[in-house]
Amino acid sequence: MSDVEEAVTRVHHEEWARVVAALTRRFGDLDIAEEAAAEAFTTAVERWPTDGVPPNPGAWLTTTAVRKAIDRIRRENKRDDKHKEAQMVYDNTPPEPLGAIDDDRLRLIFTCCHPALAMQTRVALTLRMVGGLTVPEIARAFLVGESSMGQRITRAKAKIKAARIPYRLPSADDLPARVSGVLAVLYLVFNEGYLASGPDTDPVRHDLTTEAIRLTRLIRALLPQDGEVAGLLALMLLTEARRTARISANGELVSLDEQDRGAWDAELIAEGHRLVRERLAAAAAGVAPGRYQILAAINAVHTSARDVRDTDWSQVLALYDQLVRLDPSPIIALNRAIALAELDGPEVALAIVDRLAEALAGYHAYYATRADLLRRLGQSQQSRAAYDRAIELAGNTGETACLTRRRDQLQ
Amino acid sequence: MRYLVSVIDDKSNPGSTDRRPAISAFNDRLIAEGYWVFAGGLADTDAATVIDNRGEQAVFSDGPFVESKEYLAGVWVWEAPDLDVALKLAAEASKVCDRKIEVRPFQ
Repeated sequence: MSDVEEAVTRVHHEEWARVVAALTRRFGDLDIAEEAAAEAFTTAVERWPTDGVPPNPGAWLTTTAVRKAIDRIRRENKRDDKHKEAQMVYDNTPPEPLGAIDDDRLRLIFTCCHPALAMQTRVALTLRMVGGLTVPEIARAFLVGESSMGQRITRAKAKIKAARIPYRLPSADDLPARVSGVLAVLYLVFNEGYLASGPDTDPVRHDLTTEAIRLTRLIRALLPQDGEVAGLLALMLLTEARRTARISANGELVSLDEQDRGAWDAELIAEGHRLVRERLAAAAAGVAPGRYQILAAINAVHTSARDVRDTDWSQVLALYDQLVRLDPSPIIALNRAIALAELDGPEVALAIVDRLAEALAGYHAYYATRADLLRRLGQSQQSRAAYDRAIELAGNTGETACLTRRRDQLQ
Repeated sequence: MRYLVSVIDDKSNPGSTDRRPAISAFNDRLIAEGYWVFAGGLADTDAATVIDNRGEQAVFSDGPFVESKEYLAGVWVWEAPDLDVALKLAAEASKVCDRKIEVRPFQ
């Protein structure tokens, strides 16, 4: 990758949401904002190699995008006067000089996560508008086709415009209810960063995990009493803390039991543990924890063990039992089986995993888990077949490398 | 922005029939707060007639255009600044009518 290409990629990660949020505020139309932002980045790709990267790339992109948007509006006004009407409602106050950027992005998030949109649509729209992911990347995250994902986003933008979903922060009464949808979206953004998809993508997209954490912190500042916000933030921090140890020098994913625990980020772990303790105190006082708080507690158990052999697996299993009662999804059952294997052995775990075959067909982690359990049971041939399937389905380059090595190490 | 607010009833599980006074009070509030444009309760779907005059002559058929358990029991038209305002009112309307409500924007 050339220096200019790298600059474009970096600026895209840093500036996309800001450009879209600023244009949405100015033009009151998500579609115009998205298209103009995309055109501005295309122009950057064309011009920067010869003109050089501008000193303030964000401002250059916003200015270019505004021009593109005005061009489009002029074209459409000539064609159809109706486009002058029916624009989205937005907060008309002039942009504040300080702190307004965060609020603009938050506004964008709450609009994309509006309850009048289907849950999957909210996630897709947020990844596109705030995360700056392309439609193929989002399609991959959802395991759906690109064209249907494109249609879903187009329909969402059309609904926001036609039904006048406002571009502003929800009122104080509505805020808690609106937050759970936002958290689900942020967790998905985090996961896309944590286990990035695409054959040419780095195994971890630090920009997305950082963005998810930054936005979750912002929501926490708004809602300091919300246990699930604290839980999600703790979960992200305890996961992010292991980032450097999770990828080897040659880009291979390193599983939790093989990680150099000395390389974990002690500061992030301390912050995550503080949040988990805060929620444990609330749980002791009778506030039932939600799924993010339980997942954070599981991660707190792992990050408390200086050596993998010190892991309190019975505690991990007890937390998974609690989680299964809250969310009986097959993916949670799969993760519970992994903890169970440490306590009751791989055979017991495999029996449970086998029962998930139908529900998790097409999910790479199901085959990877199965392959690992079979390997531990000495069933090399079946293990190899499961690794093959897992490699076929895994979209993360680091994970593919790790699975391939394990398969090739089979006797 | 105008919204068509439809009150949806369910033949197999109809909402309660004593809602009239509460709806009247709610309508008074809609008028006082400037949201009210139009309201009307509808007769039973059995009273509906469908006319199709796209061919050579008009064809009349008895009954609603679509037979379903759920049907339109009444409509409002509201003027509201945005969907959040309309949805908030619609949530109240659903309680007041003891029925589901659909909110749909006019073009």
